[in-house]
Amino acid sequence: MSLRRILAMMRKEVIQIWRDPRSLLVIFAMPLVQLVIYGYGVNLDIKRIPLCIYDRDATQSSQDVLKHFQSTDYFRIVRVADDYRDVIDHIDRGTCTMAVVVPPQFSEHLRSQGKAEVQALLDASDSNTASVSMGYALAILQGYSQQVQLDWQQRNGIPPVAPNVTFQQRTWFNEDLESMSNIVPGVVAMVMAVVGAFLTSLTIAREWERGTMEQLIATPVRKLEIQIGKLVPYFVIGMADTALCAGFAVGWFHVPFRGSWTVLFACSALFLLVVLSLGYFFSVTAKSQLGASQSALLVTLLPTFLLSGFIFPIDQMPVIVQGITRVLPARYYVSILRNLFLKGTAVQLMAGDIAALAIFAGVLILLATRAFHKRLE
Amino acid sequence: MMGNEPSVVVENLTKRFGAFVALDSINFQAWRGEIFGFLGPNGAGKSTTIRILCGLLRPTSGRAQVAGIDVAAKPEAVRQQIGYMSQKFSLYNDLEVIENLRFFAGLYSVPTKDLRLRLAWALRMAGIEGRERALTRTLAVGWKQRLALACAVLHRPPVVFLDEPTSGVDAVSRRQFWELIQQMVSEGITVFVTTHYMDEAEYCNRLVLIDRGRIVAMGTPTELKTRHMKRDLLMVECEPLGPGLEALHEIPAVLDAAVFGSSLHAVVANAQAALPGIRRGLESRGLKVGRVEQIQPSLEDVFVALTATRESVPKGNA
Repeated sequence: MSLRRILAMMRKEVIQIWRDPRSLLVIFAMPLVQLVIYGYGVNLDIKRIPLCIYDRDATQSSQDVLKHFQSTDYFRIVRVADDYRDVIDHIDRGTCTMAVVVPPQFSEHLRSQGKAEVQALLDASDSNTASVSMGYALAILQGYSQQVQLDWQQRNGIPPVAPNVTFQQRTWFNEDLESMSNIVPGVVAMVMAVVGAFLTSLTIAREWERGTMEQLIATPVRKLEIQIGKLVPYFVIGMADTALCAGFAVGWFHVPFRGSWTVLFACSALFLLVVLSLGYFFSVTAKSQLGASQSALLVTLLPTFLLSGFIFPIDQMPVIVQGITRVLPARYYVSILRNLFLKGTAVQLMAGDIAALAIFAGVLILLATRAFHKRLE
Repeated sequence: MMGNEPSVVVENLTKRFGAFVALDSINFQAWRGEIFGFLGPNGAGKSTTIRILCGLLRPTSGRAQVAGIDVAAKPEAVRQQIGYMSQKFSLYNDLEVIENLRFFAGLYSVPTKDLRLRLAWALRMAGIEGRERALTRTLAVGWKQRLALACAVLHRPPVVFLDEPTSGVDAVSRRQFWELIQQMVSEGITVFVTTHYMDEAEYCNRLVLIDRGRIVAMGTPTELKTRHMKRDLLMVECEPLGPGLEALHEIPAVLDAAVFGSSLHAVVANAQAALPGIRRGLESRGLKVGRVEQIQPSLEDVFVALTATRESVPKGNA
């Protein structure tokens, strides 16, 4: 091994990255674009559901019920309908997901029979949103009923003694139940998959395509020196992008960071070694930039997006798919990221995930190193 | 000029790609300080030989030794002793001239104390002083070629391999390039060069003619022309060429004939005896005949005479 040759390789690689606008775009702009897209675009919280109301009773009580819908963050009244046609029209057009209709004689029934009904119409083409809306509506009506009951008891001088079991809930780690806090840490993994695998997948393949590889392998530079010289610049870039993403997550998106920064960078280094080796491996074996970059993205970006738990929770996946996620390095890294940002989990408790990453890194480095030969055959 | 130790030794070297025999047990030696030419049509095995000698391909059997080192056993040791210029132009286009030079100086571990002098020498040699900071892609082909040569010899290797170094380069640049090579040789460097330009072969001290993986002849250009051409050669100017060639083949005195640029070459046993018959034969077929005279055979004529597949031999300026 010669430091001189490694430095020559590194310097050349850095100059080439610096002169290539596409690489610079991937390095500097892509992380920010991903942060914005996933940070703002992927919102799994169902809030401010568009609601249409139709008050056929038009009394104090009916207005009270509807006010309960108005005063929560879960619904947003987009339409006050005058007749059923109007209600159906809005649901058909998709301008509202749910319609609440207060029937005539609502207040009369409530007074005389002690019970009354409210109609809910739901657009269930998105079943998840529909059932969540239904849940919200039920909770709101329950709250209203309790209040009516309480009022009645007070008016009649009866002390409220009805047995009542309630939840004392406390959410941990993501106190405001913001899905943004859940998503944004995972973006670091996405960015690394692109920077690490995509950019490196081009570096060797480019040399084969342009014919410079033949010149390169006719010099005394060793294959390990080529590998180190080519990967170190991308490693540094990957670590810088990690810092950039983490900084934005905390500074801009106000995602808490409760773990150790040292552990974050150490684990990111491991994951980087994994994706860099994969990119290098494909670059060496495909020998064409297109083939290499597509294979690299297929085995890094796609599984990271779909199967790492980044967006879709792993424990909700079919058992077989859950099994598949076990061979994905990204799964362990995303889990570590969440733990570090939201939970501040101690390193010992993440030992399993870290060990898995380390094993992947070791195996893939070996694979990448063995795949490259200084020969034309 | 020639030293007594061989720089390149090749013994029974064979290379197969699957069923295809690219090199069929070839033998030769190149001596220190000579321009050793490998001449032959495309696909003859020239590049394969060079690539084996640079350790880029493994021989199927046989032995190759460069600067006293066995290539198959110690490829990296050989690579420090050689400079290589591949067929395709292969410097980094997105690097500046000086960056390319520094890169190769680094890979060849050119001593830091010599670096400045060596870089200056390389720039002067390539004729690109003052354009150090130009991006390599902006250079004309001739300059790129000389820069590539400069990069390949920055570490002053005793042996230099050039694979068709002048293909696609204009005539002036080609001459400049050969002047560079001659200068290098005068400093004791062995230059091993492949070409399919017959005129360039005249620059070589010794030549190997190779065709379909076999060596068909070896020697100095003069030796090849005299030893392998026992018959006389006639240059025939005739219009039109195609029917002229057919006519020549039908004349009994003509042993062989081929198109050569804008004229025809005919091989005969005795030039003086055959001359009148040829002119008569062509004219009787209604062809317009210009000069018909005996000429010195060129290397291409030798090549045509030595190989059965005339069609595959490119013309002098192909």
